[in-house]
Amino acid sequence: MAAINRDDVAHLARLARIEMSAEELDRMAGELAVIVDSVKSVSEVAGEDVPATSHPIPLSNVFREDVVGHVLTPAEALSGAPDSEDDRFKVPAILDEE
Amino acid sequence: MSVDTILSFEEAMEKYDPVLGFEVHVELNTRTKMFSSAPNVFGDDPNTNVNEVDLGMPGVLPVVNKAAVESSIKIGLALNCKIAESCRFARKNYFYPDTPKNFQTSQYDEPIAYDGWLDVELEDGTVFRVEIERAHMEEDAGKLTHLGGQAGRIQGADYSLVDYNRAGVPLVEIVTKPIEGAGSRAPELAKAYVAAVREIVKNLGVSEARMERGNVRCDANVSLRPHGQERFGIRSETKNVNSLRAVEHAVRYEIQRHAAVLESGVPVTQETRHWHEDTRSTTAGREKSDADDYRYFPEPDLVPVVASREWVEELRATLPEPPAERRKRLKEAWGYSDLEFRDVVNAGVMDSIEETIAAGAAVGLTADAARKWWMGEIVGRAKAADVDPADLGVTPQAIVELNQLVVDGKINNKMASQVLDGVLAGEGAPAEIVEKRGLAMVSDDGPLLEAIDAALAAQPDVADKIRGGKVQAIGAIVGGVMKATRGQADAGRVRELILEKLGVQG
Repeated sequence: MAAINRDDVAHLARLARIEMSAEELDRMAGELAVIVDSVKSVSEVAGEDVPATSHPIPLSNVFREDVVGHVLTPAEALSGAPDSEDDRFKVPAILDEE
Repeated sequence: MSVDTILSFEEAMEKYDPVLGFEVHVELNTRTKMFSSAPNVFGDDPNTNVNEVDLGMPGVLPVVNKAAVESSIKIGLALNCKIAESCRFARKNYFYPDTPKNFQTSQYDEPIAYDGWLDVELEDGTVFRVEIERAHMEEDAGKLTHLGGQAGRIQGADYSLVDYNRAGVPLVEIVTKPIEGAGSRAPELAKAYVAAVREIVKNLGVSEARMERGNVRCDANVSLRPHGQERFGIRSETKNVNSLRAVEHAVRYEIQRHAAVLESGVPVTQETRHWHEDTRSTTAGREKSDADDYRYFPEPDLVPVVASREWVEELRATLPEPPAERRKRLKEAWGYSDLEFRDVVNAGVMDSIEETIAAGAAVGLTADAARKWWMGEIVGRAKAADVDPADLGVTPQAIVELNQLVVDGKINNKMASQVLDGVLAGEGAPAEIVEKRGLAMVSDDGPLLEAIDAALAAQPDVADKIRGGKVQAIGAIVGGVMKATRGQADAGRVRELILEKLGVQG
């Protein structure tokens, strides 16, 4: 796994539309590098006989029947939103994508 | 917004070969969403069909809808795909308010279905095979409404309102391999391909398949290369072309636009284009850039879907007859000509005719009679009422009864048309209407003979002509009798009686 450098963090911040100062980028790059290194140690422990997995428990086909369950009311759904209008979430205009 | 130069389609075709590719998104008609038990319903009030999973609240756990997986496998099978023994979900990361999670749960390197094909029939009967790259499961996004500025347009909008009812609705995305060799028929093929996919998912019963509601949505990729060149040109991707006609027009327009760009000596820009129905043209969206850095990774909250061969075969056994095969079978069984059958299909009455023939099997209703009723009487009325023929309110049983009344000589075709009007007006079954409207033909010879006597007396010269052997003159007398009986006589029987009366051989 490649290490995370400062450019990667700046790239991610741009994708996520998060403004980060130079100091924040430096600090975050360092912190993420530590996390990646820690995770990397797992792959050192796992031998060739341990296949890569996306889930810690070897399960498959955990399904739900197609039966309608509970829903939130619009008021509940919107209760954590910074802004709303006509029972809908109100967000700033975003220009670069339709 | 600049207006692009385009070349005429014919000029474009003289120099270039188009290569197409399609991504068709199909919304499944499951009762609930892909990963949550919130209802999958179109058109409800905003944010009434959402729960914590759809809103991406912290700590929620998505669970896969089994029915959606089964529908996806069925689509894969109907597209002649291989079904993956095991496949996984992946997160497609992007930041846009149509998903509250900041990622779309999709499939990346392990789609549920792959390596298929679909034979697409063009209007003149030519069959073109389209190779299918993959069909994968994912979820739909919420719906944004842009407000302020120029309403409805994203450019200049002040803010957007988000309804997450659609967020999490199960989608299957069907991706073709590059389609080469369509030449000048590329626009027609584009339309026919999307129509074929729509027909298949509708026939499978896995989607409502209503394009005007976005149940089937198409992204069309177009590139051009000079005749003889192997390497593909740079493509554009026109997003959300959501009617069959628009697919055809958009592909045609992009071919013309690409040709003009290439002729001017600059490379085509790889970009997203937006289709505008009003101007029948596309405009540039964003260029492919690092904004497309979706950083896919396996979805840690979901476990793999393992499709045992037994399960796949069970599902295969439930598949209905493919639409193209069904058409072929019915055409042969009914003995229609190519043109007759195409007209029936285009008029949307194939199912109705099939039902009518089945309903009339016991009384020997022929395929030609069924076609005559639907094409001759009902299609025109449906057009006038602006509804689908099948929705006009005429049941196959009513057609069978009506046809039988004519066959039995109780009414003639002209009266049958009036009876049909009565059926549509809700006056009851055909036989009742005949009675109520007093339409039955005069089958008793008594009143007919009286009318014949009167008609012969009124036109003695004609009577003499007939006696003298000019049998073709009989029309005038028959006409007189029909008039006297207000059209309720069987003209054939009237003719027989007149000849009998005059002692002339017909």
